[in-house]
Amino acid sequence: MEIPYVVHAREDTGLNNGKIGIWLFLASEVMLFGALFATYILLRVGAPTWPHGSSILNVPMATFNTAVLISSSVTMVMAWASVMRRRFTAYRLYMGATVLLGGVFLVVKYFEYSTKFHHELFPRTNTFLAIYFTLTGLHMLHVIGGMVVNAYFWGPGAKLYHQNPEWFANRIENCGLFWHFVDLVWIFLFPVLYLL
Amino acid sequence: MGDHSADIDKHVRIYVVVFVSLMALTLITVAISYLRLPLPYAVAVALAVACTKGSLVACYFMHLISEKRLIFLVLALTVVLFLVLMLLPIMTVANRVQVP
Repeated sequence: MEIPYVVHAREDTGLNNGKIGIWLFLASEVMLFGALFATYILLRVGAPTWPHGSSILNVPMATFNTAVLISSSVTMVMAWASVMRRRFTAYRLYMGATVLLGGVFLVVKYFEYSTKFHHELFPRTNTFLAIYFTLTGLHMLHVIGGMVVNAYFWGPGAKLYHQNPEWFANRIENCGLFWHFVDLVWIFLFPVLYLL
Repeated sequence: MGDHSADIDKHVRIYVVVFVSLMALTLITVAISYLRLPLPYAVAVALAVACTKGSLVACYFMHLISEKRLIFLVLALTVVLFLVLMLLPIMTVANRVQVP
């Protein structure tokens, strides 16, 4: 039996299965990060002293990473627009750039983390570093997850484009929704951890 | 969202404008942080800029500006539960007994 509403939207909701599924997943993700943000607030207001993020962390590096993630969001949405325009080569370029930019973000984060460890700054060192590593570590796992899915749709998963481009466009839009969410989380993490 | 080619061309132009705005807002938020404002003002300004950037990403990159009603209902429930989560630490602090 064929599963309904995989490609075309239901008449009553105007949504296909994938779209409603990814938004429900993102709602659960908001609560996951929300719980950690609430923990951050509780720890910060309860602490007798709290360091300014820039006194421990590297603001220029994080600013560069913010620009990288914003750029990757643009290439992601351009990858979707390319599929909608039925320009497969452009899609491949934009999706490839999105995966590469995700890689750049992780490399910068690797240098940030290794500098901290080199200076004997670990999650156990103080409460600020504990919440910093927890929040950025969880965010990095999301970047890696998004990169794996995007790389799949850049490579083997792109076969679907030639069989059913409309279905493929839906999938890329859903991948994009997750990737933009990852960008959105970083937009809040950056000022909260580095600039306050 | 409208999926016709002309619509997509219009969207692409909007994406470029949003991209430039996001980059500018990132630089603004970093520049403001160097002013070392008192903490309540610094928090208010940083969160205001972050909310503006977040809204741009959600509205245009995530197409929320033209999304269906059911998605908004899911998000409305999420916002309510998220606010409860944020209120929990604030209420905990407000209830704290001051030790002399």
